[in-house]
Amino acid sequence: MPNRIATRLTAVVAAAAGLVMAAALATAQAPAYRAPRTGDGKPNLNGIWQGINSAHWDIEAHSAAAGPVLELGAAGAIPAGLGVVEGGVIPYRPEALARRNENRANRLKLDPEIKCYLPGVPRATYMPFPFQIIQSQNHIMLVHEYAGAVRTIYMTNQVEAPADSWMGWSNGRWEGETLVVDTKGFNDLSWFDRAGNFHSDALHVVERITARSADTLNYEATIEDPKVFTRPWKMSMPLYRRVEPNAQILEFRCVEFSEELLYGHLRKPSSRQ
Amino acid sequence: MNRRSLVSIGVLTLATAALASASLAGQAPAASPRAAAAAKAYTPPRTPDGQPDLQGFWTNSTYVPLERPKDVTKEFYTPEEAEVAIKRAAVREASQTEPGTTADVHYDFSQFGLDRSQSTIARSLRTSLVVDPPEGRIPAVNAEGQKRAAERAAARKTAGGQYDSVQNMPTGSRCIIMGGAGPPLMNAGYNANYQIVQAPGYVMILTEMIHDVRVIPLDGRSAPPQGVRQWTGLSRGRWEGNTLVVETTNFNGKNPFRGASENMKVTERFTRVADDTIDYTFTIEDPATWDRTWTAEAPLAKTGGPIFEFACHETNYGIANILAGARAEEKAAAERAVKKGSN
Repeated sequence: MPNRIATRLTAVVAAAAGLVMAAALATAQAPAYRAPRTGDGKPNLNGIWQGINSAHWDIEAHSAAAGPVLELGAAGAIPAGLGVVEGGVIPYRPEALARRNENRANRLKLDPEIKCYLPGVPRATYMPFPFQIIQSQNHIMLVHEYAGAVRTIYMTNQVEAPADSWMGWSNGRWEGETLVVDTKGFNDLSWFDRAGNFHSDALHVVERITARSADTLNYEATIEDPKVFTRPWKMSMPLYRRVEPNAQILEFRCVEFSEELLYGHLRKPSSRQ
Repeated sequence: MNRRSLVSIGVLTLATAALASASLAGQAPAASPRAAAAAKAYTPPRTPDGQPDLQGFWTNSTYVPLERPKDVTKEFYTPEEAEVAIKRAAVREASQTEPGTTADVHYDFSQFGLDRSQSTIARSLRTSLVVDPPEGRIPAVNAEGQKRAAERAAARKTAGGQYDSVQNMPTGSRCIIMGGAGPPLMNAGYNANYQIVQAPGYVMILTEMIHDVRVIPLDGRSAPPQGVRQWTGLSRGRWEGNTLVVETTNFNGKNPFRGASENMKVTERFTRVADDTIDYTFTIEDPATWDRTWTAEAPLAKTGGPIFEFACHETNYGIANILAGARAEEKAAAERAVKKGSN
């Protein structure tokens, strides 16, 4: 009997403590969801994730439209999208906007995705392919199915980017429930989407990744590039866990699929395709 | 764009060389039966989720040939003989890039720190990587394997000359896949670097050569369906004590390892035997090519890292230049023939 009372008391105290904690969290606008922890006590973001939206076509709001390849008809058409850019419009400098529009008009020739080039950041995150987070203490890996693109996020031994690259140089830190990834050292060759949205080598991306439920993440990327934009801007979207049994990152080794397009004009005329 | 990319490559190469020479002093101990015995006393650290910890940056760079040289009859060199063999191989490697030679036009490996002598070497006293069969040589290819090799050669011939089209060129030149990625992990000659990262239920191996990544599930999932075939196959892993055992099947047959069929099965074993050494063995099983399995041992030595992005395809100007050169030669030959005919 005394034991039962003690149990009840404990429960009441725990519940009260829970309420107090919940209230404190609410005032601090902390996320409602607390992710399970890894062995070293960090939020566990491990898993295979994918964006499910049409941002890979155009990160700004856009209507459905015919696709750029006539032969693909409806199968190659562009689905509409509400956009993932906060505030709706990317704050381009005027000359940069002109370049974006030129990119868009010539995307079959210019889009690096068509050539199977590395996708850059944040484009890799919301392409129509899954990626896997492999989370350890010193390094968090982002392994993308598209083109086998990979990023190492340095959680320790952090240094400045030693050289420019397609996927940049990422240093990460934990802010409570959120993995914050600071990436610089980009070249100026990748795009943000198939609509010609672009950046320069002054690009600086800060991503914030937070679990919002067992099977979804909140993904935010703040984009700063004074050569191209008048101010920093942000995109955000949920990412979804690939929950099917045996889900895994498969090969999309797309060099093979782009070679005839890139080098076909140099083929010996008499050779067979 | 072109100039900037070249500058980037130069910076990367120099940085790699600096890192490599920095780690030269700390070369891994030689793998030998004695080392294997010592390993029994070694307890590898654990990851927070309890796996034996293989994480970090590693290299399998070595001068030990896959097959035992015909004039060598023993399984192990003495440490002194091994030094002589390494020096001999290093001289041979450097001599490939003598000024005025064809190789020198491509790369001076020693100048850019890409030759093995300037980087960490995974030391071994073995005279060959192949340990089984005991004579240190890959078994003879059987009749079915020979027939397939002949068919592949015939198909290549039908496809035309190597420089007729990009598709006729080697997969490495095309930046599709290079030596080293495997499986099995094979010394790539240069950039023979790997990064291993572990998370609950997974081991990831990143190969520096063309940023090739293998994510190996450890959850005991079923064998992959036959319909999905990949350049690097599909891997399934498990822990046997402190040894990571990885079985890989479902190859696509487009980059056959030593002439194997697409039904080859590779079984790899990773055992950390010291802070700076992983024992790595692989067994090849492919009855369509060899009547018996064969096994090689190629240890991984710890390096400093990091691994830089190897964006190979993105700046592969060589392909366009080679094909354009071949077309120009054909055009010049045709013009010469016309001129000769009109004379």
